[in-house]
Amino acid sequence: MAAEVGGDSGAPKKGKKKGKARKPRKRPRIDMTPMVDLGFLLLTFFVLTTTMSTPNTMPVVVPPKITEKDEVEPPKIAEGKVITLLVGRGKVYHYTGVEKPELHQTDFSSQGGIRRVLLQRRQEVAARYGNPDEMIVIIKMLDEAQYKDFVDILDEMNIIQQRKYALVDITKEEVGMVEDYKKQMKSS
Amino acid sequence: MSKFKAKKQNIAIDMTPMVDLAFLLITFFMLTVKFRAPEAVEVDLPSSIADTPLPAQDILMISVSGDGRIFFGVDSKHVRLGILEKIKERYGYSFSEEEMHLFSILPEIGVPFEQLKGYLALREDERKAIDKRASIPVDSTNNQLKQWILFARYSNPKLRIVIRADERAPYPVIARVIETLKEQKIHRFNLITTFEARPQKVS
Repeated sequence: MAAEVGGDSGAPKKGKKKGKARKPRKRPRIDMTPMVDLGFLLLTFFVLTTTMSTPNTMPVVVPPKITEKDEVEPPKIAEGKVITLLVGRGKVYHYTGVEKPELHQTDFSSQGGIRRVLLQRRQEVAARYGNPDEMIVIIKMLDEAQYKDFVDILDEMNIIQQRKYALVDITKEEVGMVEDYKKQMKSS
Repeated sequence: MSKFKAKKQNIAIDMTPMVDLAFLLITFFMLTVKFRAPEAVEVDLPSSIADTPLPAQDILMISVSGDGRIFFGVDSKHVRLGILEKIKERYGYSFSEEEMHLFSILPEIGVPFEQLKGYLALREDERKAIDKRASIPVDSTNNQLKQWILFARYSNPKLRIVIRADERAPYPVIARVIETLKEQKIHRFNLITTFEARPQKVS
């Protein structure tokens, strides 16, 4: 770069300064500071707005409705493979088996929450049937639940890569079981 | 010292490259940013590890507010007009040119069919006030959401169903929405969530 032409600063070179600058070369300098200020303001604005709006979608597949006239029995599955989750507000009640099922309570915490329970159950199923993917999770939502709980439980399925799960309507007996469990907890 | 001071060296930093870069970035962000149409309901989305971005078009969005009110929206003007035609046909309402235009630009609607004409006649702030308490009925006797979906899919069969619900929305309302979808043999749909990092150790 030719130093003479460029003139990188308004001040002349320190070393050889020839002649008092009676008439300093007047290069019009535009003060760019306000422009830069505005530029960065806009930049910040756009950076923030773009990162804020990144909605993602979670696919959900629900089993088809079985109407009376279809005369189709819901598929039968071995109870050893199943775990049933009753999802309440921030809480998950779970049980296995059909004969006098025993309800346990847990939550969505990443340590020792529902994830641990499901992974444990997967190991049990693997020990018995040889493949943890044989496990089937039945999800039933309690009326007290919020949408967040619904997303959380589906998310949990995605996290542990549980492919076989079904969203099923809750039965009266199960609601009763949860009520009993809560009463029991309160009294003890 | 004073000798040198007299020179009063004027330090000027050349800001040109910085400005160039800044404006380059601005241009980039301005072009990539997508302003979303203001939605009728404010929704706090729950987070999940799902990372599939929302498809850009052919969206049928069912919004559920935190207090369980249901709104309906489609992304294309064409489909909205198609829906309005169907409403006219089915319920025998008539809409003026302006009402049709207004309807075609509203991103979301949350009023029952009976109130639609009155709603479209209102001013914007009055409509906003109504949006704060309105909802599309989904009772089993009067399931208008089902009609909305039916009309929309009539205009565009490729529509993808998306549920955008507040994380505090009561589950029974969500269950009603899912039930409504099932009744129309829609068993595959998407939930809109915000991204959350996948937990590390899972095995």
